[in-house]
Amino acid sequence: MENNRSSQKRKLKNDIVLAVVIVVIAMAGLLLFNFLKTPGDFVSVKIDGVEKYRYSLSENVDTVIYTGKDNKQENRIVIKDGKASVVSATCPDKICVGHREISMVNESIVCLPHKVVVEIVSADSGAKEPDLVV
Amino acid sequence: MKSKTKKIAILGVLTSVALVLSYLEAIIPPIYSAVPGIKVGLPNIVIILVLYRFGFKQAISVSLMRVFIVALLFGNAMTLAYSLSGAILSLLAMVLFRRIDKFSQVGVSIIGGVMHNLGQVLVAIVLLHSTLIGYYMLILTFTGTLAGVVVGIAGSLLIRRLEKLKM
Repeated sequence: MENNRSSQKRKLKNDIVLAVVIVVIAMAGLLLFNFLKTPGDFVSVKIDGVEKYRYSLSENVDTVIYTGKDNKQENRIVIKDGKASVVSATCPDKICVGHREISMVNESIVCLPHKVVVEIVSADSGAKEPDLVV
Repeated sequence: MKSKTKKIAILGVLTSVALVLSYLEAIIPPIYSAVPGIKVGLPNIVIILVLYRFGFKQAISVSLMRVFIVALLFGNAMTLAYSLSGAILSLLAMVLFRRIDKFSQVGVSIIGGVMHNLGQVLVAIVLLHSTLIGYYMLILTFTGTLAGVVVGIAGSLLIRRLEKLKM
């Protein structure tokens, strides 16, 4: 055999060091992400990629967004205590309803079947047009 | 000549084993559907075996064959872009780690798993124009490391059991 016992042991040690280093880097990254998070100011509701509604996070809102043919698709959005969530929806997968509430800039709840995106934006972002394609 | 034919035949068999493992992984339900991309990476067991028993050229051929056949059978151009980028990055890292000979099969498999995730996330960032996906990558790093350990142990067991496969 090419490998003797001591080199096996050394390699095993290196494996553990590698795993620990990777996990530590990922943890540092997650901490950095949380550190960079800033509270948002507005809730932007996009339908099919276009912003249709915008609410302030400081007000209390309970509204139903109608989309699709004959406006039969529903997503009920509730904003309360500076946090936004989708409390009920008629979509088949209900992933948007299961999503935790959002309040930080760039956090979003996506309802793929209804093409509805609920996104938290900051005050200075404005009603941005999509970036130009160069 | 005889040994070359045998080699080709065995590599063909191993490629189909990798394909079956890909299929198996595709039909088992996702572990946590809110973060897509979490999987064990069963085909990598075969890639590790080929990498250690045959060499890096053979490992690259088997891996690329697997990616293209999977895309033809079950996927489309989009899934091909994701899996190709993941497979290439993961292979390059594994070949490098095998070469420097400082890690066991488990270490090689860990770097392979993490790099596979990284490759896919990079494609997602390019395709979806969102750097927020970087957050997913960090979560995937934990599961990728764990998956790498599992695959690495399975791979090293297989390498030891299939002693006769040495070419």
